[in-house]
Amino acid sequence: MARKSDSNDVIFEARDLKINAVRDDGSELPIVKGVDFKVRRGEVVALIGESGSGKTTISLAALGYCKPGLKFAGGEALLNGENVTAMDTEALRPIRGEKVAYLAQSAAATFNPSILINEQVTEAPVIHGSKTREQADAKALSLYKALELPDPENIGARYPHQVSGGQLQRLMAAMALCGEPDLLVLDEPTTALDVTTQIEVLKAFKQVIKEEGAAAIYVTHDLAVVAQVADHIVVLYNGEIKEAGPVETIIHKSEHPYTKRLMAAIKPLPEPGLGEASNHEHMRDAPALVARNIDAGYGKGADGAPKTMVLRDVNVAIERGKTVGIIGESGCGKSTLARVFAGLLPPSAGDLELDGHPVAPNLAARTRDELRRVQFVYQMADTALNPRQRINDILGRPLEFYGGLTGARKAERINELLEMVEMPPPFAERFPHELSGGQKQRINLARALAAEPEVVLCDEVTSALDTIVGANVIELLKSLRRETGVSFVFISHDLSTVASFADEIVVLYAGRVAEQGPTDKVLSPPYHPYTRLLISSVPEMRTGWLEDTVASQETITGMTGGVELTDIGCPFFARCPLAIEGTCDTTAPPRRIEGEDHVIECHREVDELLGGG
Amino acid sequence: MSKARQNEHYVAPYDTGVSFDELPDAAPSTRYKPSWTGWIGIVVVSFWVFIAIFGPWLAPIGENELPFPDDYSEFQLPRPGAWLGTDESDRDVLSRLLYGAGRTIGISFMATVLAYFIGVILGIGAAISTPRVDMIVSRINDAFLSLPTIMLGLVVVAAVGSSIPVLIITAGVIYATVVFRLARALGQEIMVMDFVEAARVRGEGRWWIITREIWPNAAMPLLTDFGLRLIYVILFISSLSFLGLGVQPPQADWGSMVRENLGALSYGASVIPVVAPALAIATLTVAINLIVDDLSAHSGGKLSKRL
Repeated sequence: MARKSDSNDVIFEARDLKINAVRDDGSELPIVKGVDFKVRRGEVVALIGESGSGKTTISLAALGYCKPGLKFAGGEALLNGENVTAMDTEALRPIRGEKVAYLAQSAAATFNPSILINEQVTEAPVIHGSKTREQADAKALSLYKALELPDPENIGARYPHQVSGGQLQRLMAAMALCGEPDLLVLDEPTTALDVTTQIEVLKAFKQVIKEEGAAAIYVTHDLAVVAQVADHIVVLYNGEIKEAGPVETIIHKSEHPYTKRLMAAIKPLPEPGLGEASNHEHMRDAPALVARNIDAGYGKGADGAPKTMVLRDVNVAIERGKTVGIIGESGCGKSTLARVFAGLLPPSAGDLELDGHPVAPNLAARTRDELRRVQFVYQMADTALNPRQRINDILGRPLEFYGGLTGARKAERINELLEMVEMPPPFAERFPHELSGGQKQRINLARALAAEPEVVLCDEVTSALDTIVGANVIELLKSLRRETGVSFVFISHDLSTVASFADEIVVLYAGRVAEQGPTDKVLSPPYHPYTRLLISSVPEMRTGWLEDTVASQETITGMTGGVELTDIGCPFFARCPLAIEGTCDTTAPPRRIEGEDHVIECHREVDELLGGG
Repeated sequence: MSKARQNEHYVAPYDTGVSFDELPDAAPSTRYKPSWTGWIGIVVVSFWVFIAIFGPWLAPIGENELPFPDDYSEFQLPRPGAWLGTDESDRDVLSRLLYGAGRTIGISFMATVLAYFIGVILGIGAAISTPRVDMIVSRINDAFLSLPTIMLGLVVVAAVGSSIPVLIITAGVIYATVVFRLARALGQEIMVMDFVEAARVRGEGRWWIITREIWPNAAMPLLTDFGLRLIYVILFISSLSFLGLGVQPPQADWGSMVRENLGALSYGASVIPVVAPALAIATLTVAINLIVDDLSAHSGGKLSKRL
């Protein structure tokens, strides 16, 4: 460790910390109800809980900060023995950035896009006067190296948009650590990242916290991530500590029912046999939706072809009552595919068929009945529901529009729909902002179901939700599939969720199908090298997983690059441990069909892809 | 790391069978409650609206009658029978002020309504149109915006002659350009929201999307802006009247009253004929501003940033 390693050195302590929300009429509502915990030097303490549990509020208290509308109502938050809750802004200024630093969830929102990275990283210590320009630059350089950023000498001279998302997240850590703070507060720093990127960031964070000898408060709702980085876990619910202890104890010997429930909501690893087999009772001769040889992209280029080609030669058939999972990292074209299905983006080549009949590629040319059959559920329920319409109107409109229902019959059907998504009927009178995140997502789903569709396109519907809430939504989808015979296209970057729910999986990489087939076949060898990378990147609920994984070959090569759209060769070439120089980078991979329905696009023979575990 | 760990395993006491319901994260809806500055604005604006409507009935005498036909002298000091004194033609200032209120406020209000009618329809229309149509309409609008408002007004009124309908249409069209910009920006902002796309995927027509999806979300910021725009139009109409091209004598309106009685500043016995209408314009516009500020502060102050 870089600094004195007295582990009894308490950096931060919350003593009976209480925080209240102040309502408009002046009355107060307790948000944090007397919380005690300590963070020692070199230690990472994780605060876990759902949104609304007060975890972010508590972590911000370490900076002496309360969000607008909140106030400290009692107890102490001691940073190096000083109570930061009692200080005014002037007194806090030298402490913030120097003694304690905050890392927000989104690096993209933290960095100013028009200022060079290095200037932003070194800004705090230079302004505080704790370092000269040269010292700060030297410190930044050593941090870039410690965080294993590519080209550490020159990366600071770039602008934020010139580095990848994972790199920016690590640069944010460099920004926080540049002033050599005693305490680092990390608020969900990897939640928005792809699994493959998450590994590189977690590894860098863990290492740098250890080397700098800082203490950290790590706020997250992801227990598997916590298992990798934390020494202690504090479980929060509704502003109270429900359970606290060393990481091994909480993971293996949790006692409180709430902790157990959190553990139960953890998604299992993507393995074959995990998915609930859907029955065939709803199947008919023609699949509900078929897409053949779809090419699609954005912009207008030469001879009518899109300027930026996103999807190339994608084939999907969605059977009735079945679920097709579409998976891949951000930028792989999964949402684009959903937009093609919905008619929002007409493909530049290929055909779409609904129920055995060809259907127009663009929305405007589809009939109302064709529109009814395909419904879209958006990722962000916040923006997908009109804030000025009551739930009544939101659910009533598709009933009226497609089914011609009015008056009492419409009201009755709205109640049925609410029941279907497990919401009480009186909620029909509410506005969207009077609902919680999970409830909004249920309404979002109910609106799609109101059309009595055949295919529901779910675009990352659980990504913005907490573990428990997300798990509930998945349960709901499963029961809807059983009861209604609706087919789902389930788009996600989360392999575990898809594995537990989909009958068939399509793995997309840079707009090409890497692998496609029944869930169990995709999740067992032979794998496409990319599928293998994705599977091995899903965090396991055990300590030491991170260390094991980063040592493996797939991860080392897989972490080196981001998704790039290429016109020639295999797009995965740069990240593939099995890449063949001279072949993979020049020729598009052949489509190998294993068995009847398992497709792998790779230059390697199927036998070569079987090896390893 | 040392074994001297702080926390042993701590488990909070619990009742068996407790359920952990999803925590609602929704903020309770808040109704608009005016602050004291907002209240001042509301009281003053209500006062002037009342005067605008009932002014002619409240006025002691007609706007062109003389309070003291036997004692003709301009700019008389206030006295019983003429509580604000008399103007350059020895007419009762109070009566003219009461008659003029309806004209100034009425013309401005009608012009602002017209500006909103044109600006909102074209603005939201442009926002949901194809890029080409949007481009054409916006560039034409920009061309109009680049002309100084008073100049444009002067040219039009000088060419067609001044009458109340001409004033309303001129001010309405001129200020529609500003409203167009705001409505288009708001429309574009709302257009990209998922709920609008959801409506499009559902197959909704343009009219539904404008009236049900976009308008309810644009209405609040636009209504706040309506107040601000009204102020500009009042000042515009008053300026035109001051320059002699607005409301024509002998009809009274606040702007022309200021012009008619300018002489009072240099050689009148009383400055009230100039100050009273100027003060009326000032109090009305400031009061509207107070309400608008208070409203936009309530809705998060976002609007004031956007303007």
